[in-house]
Amino acid sequence: MSATPMIEVENLTKRYGGRAAVRDLTFTVQRGEIVGFLGQNGAGKTTTMRMLSCFMPATSGTARVAGFDVFTQADEVRRRIGYMPEGNPLHLEMRVREYLKFRARLKGLSVGRSRDRVDIVTEQCGLGDVANKVIGTLSGGYRQRVGLADALVHEPELIILDEPTKNLDAHLTRAVRQLIKDVSKDRTVFISSHLLPEVELTCTRVIIIHQGAIRESGTLDELQRKMSAGQQVIAELAAPVPDLREAWERMAEVEHFDISAAEGSFHRCSLTPRAGVDLRSQVFELAKSRGWQLRELTRTRHSLEDIFVHVTKREQEEG
Amino acid sequence: MQPFLTLVRRELGSCYVSLIGYVIVAAVQFLLGLSFVIVLRALVNKPFDVPVTEAFFNNGLFWLVMLLAPPIITMRTFALEKYSGTYETLMTTPVGDFQVVLAKFTGALCFFMSAWLPLLAYPFLLKRFSVDLSLVDTGAVGGTFTGIFLFGALYISLGCFASSLTRNQIIAAMLAIVFGLGLFLLSYLTFIIPPKPGWQSAALQHVSMIEHMRDFTRGTVDTRHVAYYLSLTALFLFLTLKVVESRRWK
Repeated sequence: MSATPMIEVENLTKRYGGRAAVRDLTFTVQRGEIVGFLGQNGAGKTTTMRMLSCFMPATSGTARVAGFDVFTQADEVRRRIGYMPEGNPLHLEMRVREYLKFRARLKGLSVGRSRDRVDIVTEQCGLGDVANKVIGTLSGGYRQRVGLADALVHEPELIILDEPTKNLDAHLTRAVRQLIKDVSKDRTVFISSHLLPEVELTCTRVIIIHQGAIRESGTLDELQRKMSAGQQVIAELAAPVPDLREAWERMAEVEHFDISAAEGSFHRCSLTPRAGVDLRSQVFELAKSRGWQLRELTRTRHSLEDIFVHVTKREQEEG
Repeated sequence: MQPFLTLVRRELGSCYVSLIGYVIVAAVQFLLGLSFVIVLRALVNKPFDVPVTEAFFNNGLFWLVMLLAPPIITMRTFALEKYSGTYETLMTTPVGDFQVVLAKFTGALCFFMSAWLPLLAYPFLLKRFSVDLSLVDTGAVGGTFTGIFLFGALYISLGCFASSLTRNQIIAAMLAIVFGLGLFLLSYLTFIIPPKPGWQSAALQHVSMIEHMRDFTRGTVDTRHVAYYLSLTALFLFLTLKVVESRRWK
């Protein structure tokens, strides 16, 4: 395996008329990574993926896949990627096997090879039962698998999936997610999504894009660490609300608090510390000195959702 | 070459699995059958001084088929793929733009020609049931088919071009019909404008498709006509290619 990164993007910009859909994107994806490309609707995910898959050119900047430029060496790039566009478009009038064979042949596989590969991906994507059915009659989950099987059929080095679990119910989402995990063992996968749990569960690294620019990128742990400055402390105390309110207001390290009623005389307080202080010992001391009953004291880990909201909010405030 | 053949096969296949494909074939057969009956009735009543093939094409129904079938066959070629999004999956495979354009054109043209195939049975029917065996001339039949092929190629390429401009099939068909009809109606200028010596009349003679088809159905394959159709076909294929490539213009 060579050392060139799978995806190298430098200052990639795409303008539609005067509006920049993607601005000055720079990132690298190493071989073997599963990278989540996270952003709200309209953040520029699909545009970026279309440029990477050689469907449309960039206004400026360069993108290389496996060392090949997506504009000048498009055919080399296309041979190496399996791309599933947003909405997973398929020829609905074709049968599953027929469609996969058609796609395999289109991607340059020989007759024998395409037959073998179609057998393998049919098996891999759990399409054995429906191989002879017309795609239009299949349910959303199966169609998604057909799209994925198509992306895999020519053994690409890089798989680009644009919103692979869009419009699927929870059960199917889980099945498709597992499938992505299975196929990603020996490949690089680049997934876009606006769903946070999706990325959190499948990806090793996350790139957060907002309004066409990268806001944050790193592994989930790295992002957690970056965010730890704002980690909240949850405390459940048996005390009257005014007392609690007064106590938190007096505590200098608490930047923001939120009190909600729990069962009995308990109240649940979420405390946001100032400047990354760990509030737990102070809360404990307080409870001890006031003689309040304390039944829970935890520091929350940030979910990707918090990170995402935080990152995109910062952008909005700056903007 | 392999992706090209794969694509042609799919294009043809998609015509034969869709209802619209069979509707087209059925409509063409119905209209042609009707013309055949009309020609037969004419033959029965009085002696004929023109070849049967010419009488056949002089019929309005023949032109109806020629002008309406190609736009309906080609309206889906690019527009449907753009609409359903499969255009994106197609264009991200290692297949050249030119191969895609040529494959779609070839597929549609093959389908168009296949709709005309039953026409080959008509001369045999005539020979079988008529006393006068000299009635049908093989050369005239060959010329007619050459004419249908050339005319079809031009109108299919025009239809592909119209389809590549939009993602709406109806608009694609309308555009193709309007362009096609416009091109065809140039023929009538020769009837409307009184012929007078000069280059204008000569030019009009050269673009008159009715004149062309008269020659073809008489069994005369004039290279000037062939060049006319082939060059226009090439032009529209070239324009289609440019539209397809325009996606990658910066």
